[in-house]
Amino acid sequence: MKNTMQLQFSALSQNESFARVTVASFVAQLDPTMDELTEIKTVVSEAVTNAIIHGYESDPNGMVYISVSLEEGYVELSIKDEGIGIPDVEEARQPLFTTKPELERSGMGFTIMENFMDDITVKSQPGKGTEIRLRKHLSTSKMLCN
Amino acid sequence: MSLNIDLEVKQDVLCIRLSGELDHHSADELRKQAVNAIETYGIRHIILNLEHLSFMDSSGLGVILGRYKQIKQLHGEMVVCAISPSVQRLFDMSGLFKIIRLEPTEENALQRLGVA
Repeated sequence: MKNTMQLQFSALSQNESFARVTVASFVAQLDPTMDELTEIKTVVSEAVTNAIIHGYESDPNGMVYISVSLEEGYVELSIKDEGIGIPDVEEARQPLFTTKPELERSGMGFTIMENFMDDITVKSQPGKGTEIRLRKHLSTSKMLCN
Repeated sequence: MSLNIDLEVKQDVLCIRLSGELDHHSADELRKQAVNAIETYGIRHIILNLEHLSFMDSSGLGVILGRYKQIKQLHGEMVVCAISPSVQRLFDMSGLFKIIRLEPTEENALQRLGVA
């Protein structure tokens, strides 16, 4: 049985914590390990921070959209914005690459997402926005049935 | 859960003790407080105690690297101590351990900087 959840919120930095905690609470019903939960919280934090800082260039009028799907031991995440988009996705995914060094960005966001998840797809269109889809297999997962 | 920042000056060493969660939202406040203390108290070295840090992402790496660069210009050293396995993974991934020294405890870090 597929179990899904959607979340949308203003592109404000105080919502980064809200987003990762909410996603982790939803995923918790698959009985993941603490390490897996930390990894999921971290990647949500990375993707949401990217949407806020880069997608919307810190304009709080933007909205960030998250959807989570749990199915047969897998968690699938989509984190989406309707911001400026990424002109060169391959370049953006390089470790330590950042367009905002003046903001002390480490350039490690995509590298962390790639390391902590099994699969990542980045769809981006300049002027339209960016969607990051992430998939992870949970080692100890067992779906809870009603 | 937000970030709690505890700063203590010992000679020319700034001890930064963090508890809670270090992300993009809280990194800004940490940067402001640390920069202010470094400039106000003539700081040369930084000890960063992460014993009670429950969460960190790449924004944390960014602000730590930023302070490392700042202290390096003052010919100082940065020592990170009491790091959790999950934060250590981020440090390993980014290669930060190649430039920033790690000690198991704050006492070890103070000894290393000759303050203990």
